[in-house]
Amino acid sequence: MFSLFVIPGHDRRLIPEGRLSGPMPWVIAIMIFLMVLATGAGLAFAEAGNNISDQLSSRATVQIIEANPDLKAQQTNDAAARLRGMALIEEVRVLPPKEIEDLIAPWLGQTASEMEEAQTGTLLEDIPLPSLIDLTLVRPAGEKELAELRAAIRPFAAGARVEPSSGLIAPVIALVRSLQWVAFGLVALLAMATAAAVIISARAALNTHKETIGVIHLLGGTDEQISRLFQRRIALDALLGGILGLICGTAIILLLGIQLSALGSGLMQSLGLSWLSWLIIGLIPILGMILAMVTARMTVMGALKKIL
Amino acid sequence: MNEIVQFENVGLRYGAGAETLSDLTFTLYPGSFYFLTGASGAGKTSLLKLLYLAQRPSRGLIRLFGEDAVTMSRARLPGFRRRIGVVFQDFRLVPHLSAFDNIALPLRVAGVKEKELVTPVAEMLDWVGLGDRAEARPATLSGGEQQRVAIARAVIGRPEILVADEPTGNVDPEMALRLLQLFEALNTLGTTIVVATHDIHLLSKVAGAQMMRLEKGGLSDPTGSLRNPPLPRDRA
Repeated sequence: MFSLFVIPGHDRRLIPEGRLSGPMPWVIAIMIFLMVLATGAGLAFAEAGNNISDQLSSRATVQIIEANPDLKAQQTNDAAARLRGMALIEEVRVLPPKEIEDLIAPWLGQTASEMEEAQTGTLLEDIPLPSLIDLTLVRPAGEKELAELRAAIRPFAAGARVEPSSGLIAPVIALVRSLQWVAFGLVALLAMATAAAVIISARAALNTHKETIGVIHLLGGTDEQISRLFQRRIALDALLGGILGLICGTAIILLLGIQLSALGSGLMQSLGLSWLSWLIIGLIPILGMILAMVTARMTVMGALKKIL
Repeated sequence: MNEIVQFENVGLRYGAGAETLSDLTFTLYPGSFYFLTGASGAGKTSLLKLLYLAQRPSRGLIRLFGEDAVTMSRARLPGFRRRIGVVFQDFRLVPHLSAFDNIALPLRVAGVKEKELVTPVAEMLDWVGLGDRAEARPATLSGGEQQRVAIARAVIGRPEILVADEPTGNVDPEMALRLLQLFEALNTLGTTIVVATHDIHLLSKVAGAQMMRLEKGGLSDPTGSLRNPPLPRDRA
């Protein structure tokens, strides 16, 4: 590929090159800009989906539902003790009442501390909330594992419920996965649109330089020699446009990242990009250039084959 | 004597119309000089296009340098074209290249190194009297100067055949004579020359030249040279 850019000056002059004077670099810049955004979104959704799945697949929650607070506390302690003795369990954490109140406070409008300040008592006094035991399993929580957990705590808390954490957020994961594929679909469509733009540009360039190409042909020039001139021109256009698009796209992604971080939502904060994702995004102008080059080559070679 | 070009019952038709060239059968021999004459529209340019491989015939056989040029694959055509020099009727100079670069074009296409082509191109410019116009673009050259650049470009690669379509059409009689002398000089070096012209005065200027005459797409052979190999020029 390197040899493509070291065509001698006299060969380059055969097809005049107007850098940034035509629409091609700008069209490619816009395409690459959109591709960078769509790829960034797709990769962020992919990572978010994986993170959420990894975090939740081996976790489960036990709800001890009992109106009598003393009995509920007793059942919670007994169940937690039983669970700690199981080989399936890696960690057992009984959620403190304040944490449970904080969890549901957004739906009720006041936090426990705010209630204390207002001297209106606590949520636990007014609403019979279940106690919660957060479990981390040694392996993903499938139906078999959940049945084992239910059987283990039934003697201590007959009304207890065991819920896999992944089950609660499954619709969110499905949505994230859908968004991921929509983003990657957009990248594919943009790549096709870029290729179409290159085809139009290559055909226009061929038409503009028809006379010169005819002369080179009749003087013994090969299709390969002529094609290289166009490939180089279009590859440079694509590279220039691609770098411009990458700079703009990366700036937008960074800005959005800062704004998402400021939201403070756990789900939104999971939308991050790893160094591998940044590497993939950084490669987009190169891939765009290769796509443009290959498309230009196929277009030019195809057109030249129609000439004797 | 081995033939360099051989046509057998060659016909050429553009689209669905009548044949532009019909039943052409002739042989060209190495080191010979041919004038191709005929009225406008007789098919001179079409015949030359077949010779310099810009066109395939609709029928018949063409052998060039001993090989079948009709069924030859596209991939092999560039190699054969580099052995043929062409002076186009409309010059076909590359407008954004200087006179020097236009003349150097066949050498660059053939992969000649830059340092090896500077001297021959400069000599060729001097030969056609344009030594001081090396950097001039075609648009700044007169018709005659453009024609000389086109001729220099055609001969710079020392082709085995030189095909020239009305090469003296845009120059004064004195320059026409000089160009003919240039062709003769090339001919004495062994190049087969085919010059299409409707200027009958030119025919007498080259000793030993043969004449091919096209009439309504058919070939007449007034000198008999196409049927019988000519003597080498130094014995003619």
